[in-house]
Amino acid sequence: MLEVSQLSKHFGGLRANSNVALSVRVGQIHVVIGPNGAGKSTLINMLSGDLPPTSGSIKLDGREIAGLRPDEISRLGVGRSYQKTNIFSSFTVLENCRLAAQSRAPQAWRLFTPADRHAPAIALARHAIAQAELDGREHRVASTLSHGEQRQLEIALSLATAPRVLLLDEPLAGMGAEESMRMVALIGKLRSDHAIVLVEHDIDAVFALADVLTVMVEGQVLASGSPAEIRANPQVQAAYLGTEHGHV
Amino acid sequence: MDSVASILIQVLNGLQYGLLLFLVASGLTLIFGIMGVINLAHGSFYMIGAYLAFSLTSAFGNLFLALIAGIVLSVLLGLLLERLLIRHFYHRDHLYQVLLTYGLILIFEQLRSLLWGDDVQGVKVPELFNHSIPLTETLSYPVYRLVISAVCIAVALGLHGLIRHTRLGMMIRAGAHNREMTEAMGINIRLLFALVFSLGVALAALAGMLAAPVSSVYPNMGSQVLIICFVVVVIGGIGSVKGALVAALLIGLADTFGQVYLPQISGMVVYLLMALVLIFRPEGLFKKT
Amino acid sequence: MHPHSRTLGVVLLLALAALALFPLVGGTFYVQLITKVMILAIFAMSLDLLVGYTGLVSLGHAAFFGLAGYALALLQPKYEPMSIFITLPAALALCAVFALLTGALVLRTRGIYFIMVTLAFAQMVYFVFHDTALGGGSDGLYINNKPLVGWGELTLFDLENRTSFYYLVLVLLVAVYLLLRRVLASNFGHALQGIRVNEHRMRAIGFPVMRYQLGVYVLAGVLAGLSGYLSAAQFGFVNPEIISWHQSGAVLMMVILGGMGTLSGSMVGAFVFVLLEEFFKDDTVFGAVAKHWQLLMGLIIVAVACFLPRGLIGLLTRRKRDAGDA
Repeated sequence: MLEVSQLSKHFGGLRANSNVALSVRVGQIHVVIGPNGAGKSTLINMLSGDLPPTSGSIKLDGREIAGLRPDEISRLGVGRSYQKTNIFSSFTVLENCRLAAQSRAPQAWRLFTPADRHAPAIALARHAIAQAELDGREHRVASTLSHGEQRQLEIALSLATAPRVLLLDEPLAGMGAEESMRMVALIGKLRSDHAIVLVEHDIDAVFALADVLTVMVEGQVLASGSPAEIRANPQVQAAYLGTEHGHV
Repeated sequence: MDSVASILIQVLNGLQYGLLLFLVASGLTLIFGIMGVINLAHGSFYMIGAYLAFSLTSAFGNLFLALIAGIVLSVLLGLLLERLLIRHFYHRDHLYQVLLTYGLILIFEQLRSLLWGDDVQGVKVPELFNHSIPLTETLSYPVYRLVISAVCIAVALGLHGLIRHTRLGMMIRAGAHNREMTEAMGINIRLLFALVFSLGVALAALAGMLAAPVSSVYPNMGSQVLIICFVVVVIGGIGSVKGALVAALLIGLADTFGQVYLPQISGMVVYLLMALVLIFRPEGLFKKT
Repeated sequence: MHPHSRTLGVVLLLALAALALFPLVGGTFYVQLITKVMILAIFAMSLDLLVGYTGLVSLGHAAFFGLAGYALALLQPKYEPMSIFITLPAALALCAVFALLTGALVLRTRGIYFIMVTLAFAQMVYFVFHDTALGGGSDGLYINNKPLVGWGELTLFDLENRTSFYYLVLVLLVAVYLLLRRVLASNFGHALQGIRVNEHRMRAIGFPVMRYQLGVYVLAGVLAGLSGYLSAAQFGFVNPEIISWHQSGAVLMMVILGGMGTLSGSMVGAFVFVLLEEFFKDDTVFGAVAKHWQLLMGLIIVAVACFLPRGLIGLLTRRKRDAGDA
């Protein structure tokens, strides 16, 4: 469903991404791991349109989307969550999601009907809130939520646009052990309806969720395959798993 | 020969005007770029410089002494303003900076009116420079205007040296890129900002003092300069002193030639230039230094 | 409905009643003054739409105000009135086109750049009228007749009558307020506020932000034009100073003084600002300093910037603003 090939990004002399390839389809979670500076964020930014690629191709259901603007890519069915919480802090949880849902609504330009009465958007918003397990928090102002709840809202925002592809950038960032486990379960439930690209550092989460694993080092793909293959790969162990996280 | 000479005169005028604009705009762009503060009152400092030149020249009888005294006074004014007011607005939305400095413009204008009145004043060109260099049999060029350009160029070189080759300049460049990092390195941001602000004020005031003998000293001179300087900064790119120089010279020449050859729309030429830049490069010609 | 909104509704209705009854008790001078306040309230609300709700700080809003006024002055024949149904739509259309063309350019910038280029474009319009003979240069133009509210031989009511003019402005003020309330509560309005709070995320969730910003820029420009048209009709005179940045600065002050991001705040701000101006200009109170009333106004502006960021309405409502609030 989402096919990336030969994707590169250069900033002057700095090669942030070189010839990256990956693919993911609905029902699959493709996890991207790698040390800091490996270029994972750059990759996600190119997929979501936040950064234009220098070269390469990103195909969504066969349609080329590389270089499109973020709002165009979003409307084509790609949702993204951010590593650094990027919500509407002064709005309620419901309003956060309603706004995201509104962008799918065909009558987004209606000037005279109150937004609060626009049922389709509210229904979609509530569905996303439920998927992100934030029921009961609807009317809380986002800035008053706990960090973990804000990370859930971060995901709810991307779900409220009813995407088929989800790009999750370190959803577990800053979470404690218990919160992390719940988030992992949450993401697992999303697998059946979405094609998910997940960037994460938390190794437990990675191996709990990954159907496919890609390891990136210094902007390039070091190895890609099933979790078992990756775990056994000596290059990966040397570069990343073995040295940084003790025995696997 | 005459037409070549008259074109040369326009070029010299355009460069001189552009260099004065650069003096004012460089302060503006530094304050924007390093402190993130939008300062509408910057034109007022230009005006204050001109009025100071008027008073101090009468007092000392001599433009040189007036310049020195004027620069000292403007630095003091800058330090005072920064300490009392500007400092509290660094972290605030640009909207409130606009409001604050708009209020300051009104206050400065009225204080000027109370202290000096609303008449147009003149400042005499210093005797030393009060003659012209002949270009042809009928055309000549005032030496003082060349002096203005020379002083501006000297200041530009001084700024370049300051920013590229001194510790203060390094701190300015560091502060421009990353405030938190600069603070973490122990550089006194407060002092840095106070110095940068005062430098900006002094540059604008100096420009006003230099310009006083050729452009007269009158109530609205601040506002006029300010808006043109905004255009200079937009075209040159916020925070870029090099950009301010290029843009100021461009605008100085365009405006001067515009006034001679297209007087009806000469006021608009500057804004058309800005519109063009916005279409093709919204962040300006040069990014931050 | 929050209790806050209900109180606000009651207060607004009372204010409306007071305004409606005012001409019966007020003298000519005060009726004219309140008319001026109401016109500026429309101007302030149109700017609040940009500044308070969308987060676009425009320092060139006076351009629309002036363009509409000059449109009336130029369209209407020198010695006879022309139908308002011709001159007003024409003036508003001019503002819409100007907003569309300049908006497409200025909205390519953000932050400090945006503030500066909006100011610069307004200055451009200022110079067009100041330096050319188009609008009588720096002398300006007289508008010798109030617009004709009617068509041909049929006159609905006579705007030369100060009270009629007052009520027309009052009706328009209420209409604009209700219109903006409606728009802000709509999908479009919610999107604007989203753009103010987090423009980046709005793009990420699929909103073509530029289109929304351009849309609100045009709407704000048209409403500012309405107020400029009425102002020109009221004073019977236009000159380049109505496009000056003093005008742009004053209306920005009104918006913030009243309370940014609350429509009622803009109305309050316009009211207080004009009252302060009249008060400071009064030489029976201030004597010789009255000539320098702008000094006092400048001090008030500095004080508001320092101490009253949420404006007067903010003093009354300590609560933080949620989406869709009054």
